[in-house]
Amino acid sequence: MNKDILIIGAGIAGIQASLDLAEMGFMVHLVEQLPSIGGKMAQLDKTFPTNDCAI
Amino acid sequence: MADQIKKENAEEKPRIGVFVCDCGSNIAGHLDCESVAEYASTLPGVVFTKENLYTCSESGIAEIQQSIKEHHLTRVVVASCSPRTHQPLFAGSCAQAGLNPYLFEMVNIRDQCSWVHMGQRENATEKAKNLVRMGVAKSVTLEPQKEIESSLIRKVLVIGGGMAGLSAADAFAAMGIEVILVEKSGALGGLLRKINRLANGEAAIDVISNLIEKVESRSNISVYTGSEVKSIGGYIGNFNMTVSTGDKNIEESAGCVVVATGALPWVPEGLYGYNGEGVITQIELEDRLKTGALNASQIVMIQCAGARTNNREFCSRICCMTAVKNALIIKEYKPDSEIHILYRDMQMYGTEKEKMLWDARGKGIRFHVFDKDKPPDVKNGKVHFFQPLLGETREIPCDLVVLSTPLLPNENARNLARTFRVPVDQNGFFLEAHAKLRPLDFAADGIFLCGSARYPATTAEARSQGIGVASRAAGILFKEKLVTSAIVAGIRDDTCVGCMICLNACPYQAISFNEISNVCEVNVILCKGCGNCAAACPSHSARLKGFMQKQVLAQIRAF
Repeated sequence: MNKDILIIGAGIAGIQASLDLAEMGFMVHLVEQLPSIGGKMAQLDKTFPTNDCAI
Repeated sequence: MADQIKKENAEEKPRIGVFVCDCGSNIAGHLDCESVAEYASTLPGVVFTKENLYTCSESGIAEIQQSIKEHHLTRVVVASCSPRTHQPLFAGSCAQAGLNPYLFEMVNIRDQCSWVHMGQRENATEKAKNLVRMGVAKSVTLEPQKEIESSLIRKVLVIGGGMAGLSAADAFAAMGIEVILVEKSGALGGLLRKINRLANGEAAIDVISNLIEKVESRSNISVYTGSEVKSIGGYIGNFNMTVSTGDKNIEESAGCVVVATGALPWVPEGLYGYNGEGVITQIELEDRLKTGALNASQIVMIQCAGARTNNREFCSRICCMTAVKNALIIKEYKPDSEIHILYRDMQMYGTEKEKMLWDARGKGIRFHVFDKDKPPDVKNGKVHFFQPLLGETREIPCDLVVLSTPLLPNENARNLARTFRVPVDQNGFFLEAHAKLRPLDFAADGIFLCGSARYPATTAEARSQGIGVASRAAGILFKEKLVTSAIVAGIRDDTCVGCMICLNACPYQAISFNEISNVCEVNVILCKGCGNCAAACPSHSARLKGFMQKQVLAQIRAF
């Protein structure tokens, strides 16, 4: 069985899933339609309620 | 690694490489990076300098790695952004190129220089040169370190056997991780045992029974019902705990811990004439629906009963959909019943719940808004309330009043929080490490949370959080061993007088007092390298690796 994992979409959900799977030792292929990863969150300034910089 | 350390120690003259990052225009827009790099090349020990547009880009990293090899660098200094975000990347890249990652030093010329001195190009450039000189001086005194490795028990403790805890236990077991499941009550299933049907029409007991059966049939889950975790010690990878089963105490050990203790519906003693008969709560209505004991035909439901008030400020989040769900169920089997829902705001988020609300309106369920400051009045088989849109008081005759009360944290959540040294919020719910980025982790390593213990959750949310927690913890438990940063504190036992100032200064409970030798000791796995102890110690016995006195002084003296 091929144990590599394909994740489609590199917003916060796709990125977190990729990181958790990589942490478990799997090879992850993360595919994003746009030229850069980060999704909607990369377009935000601050996040509620901690006011962390979203990017 | 040992050979490498010996070789680097033997080397007398360090060969330093300095990389100055433009950070696009973030740094280069406000100071002269080229002249900073030029200046760096004149510093003692510096054999290579480079200015990059983005040092953290793929090409920037490749340049660092290539020059480590080509110029036999023994120290790397990057002058760029914050070590909080980029230290791991740069240090890791050095390690890949064969340089001990603890021989890397970072200089912050962005957050602490270009950003705060915008419009003062000359001064900012001068300050950046000073900062680089200090970083280079410190780098000379750096020593190679070996990362700390510790063993790890591939086993997990799950506390709470409701939807969240069962889902987590089942997911862990499916991945081959051994589970200890501890449930306080006599049976698994949690709140779902008391619920009639879910919003999709399924009987709650069927859903939870299937899951219980699955969990009980798995050979790698030990289930302890009627049991509690009495005490817990240790740290990530190596927790040990005492589980009390009522008649005996069992010693167990686990690598990670999951808190899934759930929540309970508030019993509204003294509110709206609550009596458990003509005025009941939603959970009591669930019971009547389940047993077929509901015989009312004129029903008024009151939302936010005891929630979003001065004592209980939070919104319990699931009561609106519970009320609408139960109203629809009653309408379905008694179409001529008259149901009114008195609300302050309806929280029916997402597509399915929004549809439920419109279905309910279509089926003749009446919704009336009321004002927080003018709550309804229940008396003599009637509900009176002020209708703010019409500006008049209305009266609804009814034979049953159902109060939608909030879910409250389990009563022993606070005790448990103390046992595990994890925080709770102002409402008593467990508090996650980060509301956005780490919703299932506690700040303490190796301890996780899911389900209504964190905040009132729907069945689907409790389930997905339970499964999510399993994947978070599996990321740790699948490792062969735990590897943690070498930047930890150590206490010299020959100079420590055992005053315990460091013990109180440590936010991670990593320091303990050894009563035999009368000195304080650091647990290097619990230590996060914050340096509080080193700053607080009056005899300079507590010292933080990478920030030793000679290293910090070298940096200061270079100023």
